Amino acid sequence: MTQEELKTPFTPNWCPGCGNLNIWAAFKNAAVQEGWDNTNTALVAGIGCHGHILNFVKLTSFEGLHGRALPVASGIKMANNRLNVFAHVGDGDCLGEGGNHFVHSARRNHDITVLLHDNTLYALTTGQTSPATERGMKTKSTPAGNPDDPVYPLAWAIASGATFVARAYSGHMDKLMNLIIEANNHKGFALIDILQPCVTFNKVCTHAMYQQNTYYLGDDYDPTNKKEAFMKAYEFGEKKIPLGIFYREEKPTLEEGYVQIAEKPLIDNEPKLEGLTDLFKKYT
Amino acid sequence: MVNKDNVVSVKIGGPAGTGVKSVGLMLAKIAARSGYQVFDYIEYPSLIKGGHNVMQVNFSTEKVTAPRAKSDLLIAFDQITIDLHFSEIEEGGGIIYDSESKADLSKVDKSISLYGIPLKKLAHEAGEKTIFLNIVALSSALGLLGGNNETFKKLIEEEYGSKGEDIVNADKKAADLGYNYVLENFKDDLRDYMKVIDSFSSPTPYMVLTGNEAAALGAISAGLQFAAIYPMSPISNILHVLAANQEKFGYIYKQPEDEISAINMSIGASYAGARSMTATSGGGFCLMTEAYGLAGITETPLVIVEGMRGGPATGLPTWSGQGDLRMVLHSHQDDWPRIVLTPGDVQETYELTAKAFDLADKYQTTVVVLIDKNICENDETMMFPNVTDLKIDRGKFIKEKVEDYKRYELSEDGVSPRSIPGVGNFFIANSDEHDEYGYSSEEIENRNIQMKKRMQKLITCAQNDMPNPEVFGPEDADITVVSWGSNKGSILEALKSFSNVNYVHVTWMNPFPTEFLSNVLSKAKHVVDIECNYTGQLADIVREKTGIEIKDRFLKLDGRIIYPAEIIEKLNSVEGVKKI
Repeated sequence: MTQEELKTPFTPNWCPGCGNLNIWAAFKNAAVQEGWDNTNTALVAGIGCHGHILNFVKLTSFEGLHGRALPVASGIKMANNRLNVFAHVGDGDCLGEGGNHFVHSARRNHDITVLLHDNTLYALTTGQTSPATERGMKTKSTPAGNPDDPVYPLAWAIASGATFVARAYSGHMDKLMNLIIEANNHKGFALIDILQPCVTFNKVCTHAMYQQNTYYLGDDYDPTNKKEAFMKAYEFGEKKIPLGIFYREEKPTLEEGYVQIAEKPLIDNEPKLEGLTDLFKKYT
Repeated sequence: MVNKDNVVSVKIGGPAGTGVKSVGLMLAKIAARSGYQVFDYIEYPSLIKGGHNVMQVNFSTEKVTAPRAKSDLLIAFDQITIDLHFSEIEEGGGIIYDSESKADLSKVDKSISLYGIPLKKLAHEAGEKTIFLNIVALSSALGLLGGNNETFKKLIEEEYGSKGEDIVNADKKAADLGYNYVLENFKDDLRDYMKVIDSFSSPTPYMVLTGNEAAALGAISAGLQFAAIYPMSPISNILHVLAANQEKFGYIYKQPEDEISAINMSIGASYAGARSMTATSGGGFCLMTEAYGLAGITETPLVIVEGMRGGPATGLPTWSGQGDLRMVLHSHQDDWPRIVLTPGDVQETYELTAKAFDLADKYQTTVVVLIDKNICENDETMMFPNVTDLKIDRGKFIKEKVEDYKRYELSEDGVSPRSIPGVGNFFIANSDEHDEYGYSSEEIENRNIQMKKRMQKLITCAQNDMPNPEVFGPEDADITVVSWGSNKGSILEALKSFSNVNYVHVTWMNPFPTEFLSNVLSKAKHVVDIECNYTGQLADIVREKTGIEIKDRFLKLDGRIIYPAEIIEKLNSVEGVKKI
């Protein structure tokens, strides 16, 4: 599909400067470059500002419930493993409400790509603390400062068994685009934690902050070393926010384990009703 | 032993883990293979170990639909079984027990025959393991009832063949030892209650299975492609059957991390085009509630089997209940066309589960198959289904690219053309209110027409697919019983005692057969509602829909099955009832 063909009748309603705009553009660029279209791709989203993206990309999609995008995406992949399946999720959405699904989807190594729109707070509900909000940050729900430590999504993903774990900054659109393509090419559960400023409600995690404090993991970094990756995933601070691929591992996906779909997708399997008589006989 | 009313009841009791259920099921299968219809009833408390299990196997040349308060023969594997159940033996019945145990039978009525058999000793003679004790006990019962030991031995070969020749041979030896012991030692007590019925042709037209198994087989018969089910009593056996047969039939069963994931995965798979289901009990359904309406607004076909136990919360985990009717009809915010079916026995569970998949696809919505634990876990005979008759109706399902495709296109019947990802058609299956393409829309006019379009599907379904409830007994009866679920069996049994009582069996709760029920109930002089919940949930729905208030409600909420005797007693108290 061309950029023109990916257009829908709707213009994004995100705030000017919102990181979602960059993610949207990077995703569309990746789709054009890789030929993701309505014959080979399905998108899923949770609920939050990120979820609006489905209305602005003309790729067949499922807008699910807050926190529940990953089981829907997993179900799609098991039913049709021919599809590229992308789950757009938010930090409150996926790490809070959907935390259990995040852990277990990673553990099972479904062959899906999870794009975590991480603005470290709840933006659609006008700025409350999220599981990714740093300790001490003042939000509408924590006016005296967030008393909780944040989750480290990358560490959480690695510990859960994800086989491709990366971080991007929404402002670096080309790098983000390449990472999205690489994550989709990876066989297995791929997570990109995308740092994206909420320009309206988040006065701490701003474009300027990310631009000043992020750096890319270099050639000397070995993303196959799980222990190193785990340590790296906890690195977050002044001049110390790593970007790039933290961890990758080649491991059979869940879908590869099913002989039922080894030859063709589940939805193309004709019901094998001829075996029913033998099955019924077991109950005589 | 005497066989007063053409139904023979054998009760088997013992500590959990002694194979009470497997002995009972084998007895049931031998009866079915000999030409009898069977109804099994199982009770077990929710204890981890050392609990007391009991199973009653009832068989007859006629259809058996209910357990009986008293049994003709008791197979007691321990003293507790004797102590708890000796008073539930018919006058003139018998007890099989281990003659070499120090059984205390002093309280047993003199009319009961005592069949002391050296079960353990004979089991050791057959092989070194005491697991053969069950076989000895069962073959002893077969000997007394005139059952066919060769049928039993053939069953042993089929069921235990995978355990190796040594085990099978020892099992068969145990069967001979028990059978012959009875023939030699209780010559005057041998009956022909279980003899092979001559006119009965082989292969058997009867299957013996539980409602759980029937639901799983119904799903497979309907061309199931995807199921995600989290274990929970009393539906876990559905997933056991589905898990074991997935590779052979080409569908996927997945155990997810929780019920929320179960239903969302199933919705995802269904959205992608797979015939999908999930199953749970009331507590799990609470977790599914959120996504229940997601399937509704995205118009994603989904079958949910809900097996009821007593609640709220953990409630009565191993006992039955019918308290979830209102929940499946009303839980989740706002309205969508939710189809709710309530089978009343194993056969109906098989048929309605298979039907549920067609309804889900035709109306692109949720279909709940609501069964109670008694249906889930009790075995019954069911006619062997005719596999060549099976047809699959996927409704308005498009797998080709079409111009200007509209997923939620307006239509007279409310049903829009359904496509799937990967075939070239763009659409959004959207949990937000949406326009015909699926784009989010909060416009007033769009909201009104999309809501109306969805709700129209229920009207279409009622017109095209909903049958009238079945009425059993005389059409012009003075007294009408209304009920649903597993109560059906005991009500049908009780009906045999009266000449002017009929029974309306409700299997469609939404859409609801309002007009039919209005007519039937307004004709009756007196109506009795029978349910296993506190408020009479169906009776209240009848009032809501028809305006008819059923004041006479016979409600049971202790988790136990309703016995025919209880219903007979209840009906005896109704003025104008005529006994046969």
